[in-house]
Amino acid sequence: MEYIEIIIATIFVNNILLAQFLGNCPFLGTSKKMETAVGMAMAVIFVLVMAGVMTWLIFNYLLLPNKLVFLRTIAFILVIASLVQFVEMFLKKSIPALYAGLGIFLPLITTNCAVFGVCVLNIDKELGFLPALVTSFGYAAGFGLALIIFAGLRERILIARVPKPLQDTSIALITAGVISLSFYAFRGMV
Amino acid sequence: MAKSIASEFTKGLWKEVPPFRLVLGLCPVLGVTTSMKNGIGMGLATTFVLLCSNILVSLLRKVIPAKVRIACFIIIIATFVIVVEQMMQAFAYTLFLDLGVFIPLIVVNCIVLGRAEAFASKNGVVKSTADGLGIGLGFTWALGLLGAVRELIGTGSLKGDVFGLIHWDVPNIFGASFEPFGFAVQAPGAFVILGLLLCAMNLIPSK
Repeated sequence: MEYIEIIIATIFVNNILLAQFLGNCPFLGTSKKMETAVGMAMAVIFVLVMAGVMTWLIFNYLLLPNKLVFLRTIAFILVIASLVQFVEMFLKKSIPALYAGLGIFLPLITTNCAVFGVCVLNIDKELGFLPALVTSFGYAAGFGLALIIFAGLRERILIARVPKPLQDTSIALITAGVISLSFYAFRGMV
Repeated sequence: MAKSIASEFTKGLWKEVPPFRLVLGLCPVLGVTTSMKNGIGMGLATTFVLLCSNILVSLLRKVIPAKVRIACFIIIIATFVIVVEQMMQAFAYTLFLDLGVFIPLIVVNCIVLGRAEAFASKNGVVKSTADGLGIGLGFTWALGLLGAVRELIGTGSLKGDVFGLIHWDVPNIFGASFEPFGFAVQAPGAFVILGLLLCAMNLIPSK
């Protein structure tokens, strides 16, 4: 029950993109086409869950006992960067179909603040191992959901007539605001 | 020479000001600008990291091997982010709590890495300093402006200080009967107001 609550809270109530504002660069950058949005969403879910687990283990078993908490930022970014590199090599060798599907989105994830942000949030909230794992998955799924909804809307906006100064990023941000408003309705649910 | 340094500095303030002209580093832009004070504080913290990482990357640009440059840049940036984190915990603790997760997140701010990759790794120290300072201060005024607009609409007044040095207090700018429009300081308002500001920037020709 506790885990279902976490999932609902992280996907809908505290959606990583629309309520916490993390990972907005890929949100705007990769949402112009449905295909790229789906690729990015899959890559984020995959890496975020792994990064969440790895950074939790490193923080609690390496940094905390050795009183190296101040190194958290540099340790986490190194873990994420090498994890992404490792995942990329592993997929290329063993699951080429998935690798081709994720394409350039894998390396881009290193600088996706959603991944780094969730790892830091897990630590800041002092979650246990399993809650941290479920939280990471929930945030990643929320990222994917919001990204895919947004990409669908943006494909429609492309064929609409938008006033010139509002075109491109400007109208995209206002659309994101409207989606964010609809997710806002979930507030108070958990 | 002096002229080109000045132009590297000023381009960040207007012509290439992030996030309006270069749409990068949006997370802190949307996340911390619930008030002008937070916006400026975040902007200055980013400016410090940007300036220091630009200088160091530019000094080391001939030493860093091209293949692992991104990893090297990230480590340099992360080092300065830790410096900022520790300094703010010591000297600006309430601001540190307000900005929360967004301070460590400077490490993945695309503006900082973008300037290291696109500018500092190809140019000399003086030029990179000017570039870092210009882009950083441009980012600061952009965040301050967005914060001010959101705070004004959301609460009706402006109040705050920067590191205890400069104070401002503008009560009830719209008169006593103004009903604060909470939408502006909440999540959806961030997107909509940034979108409208971008639209306003598009109306002013960039020259």
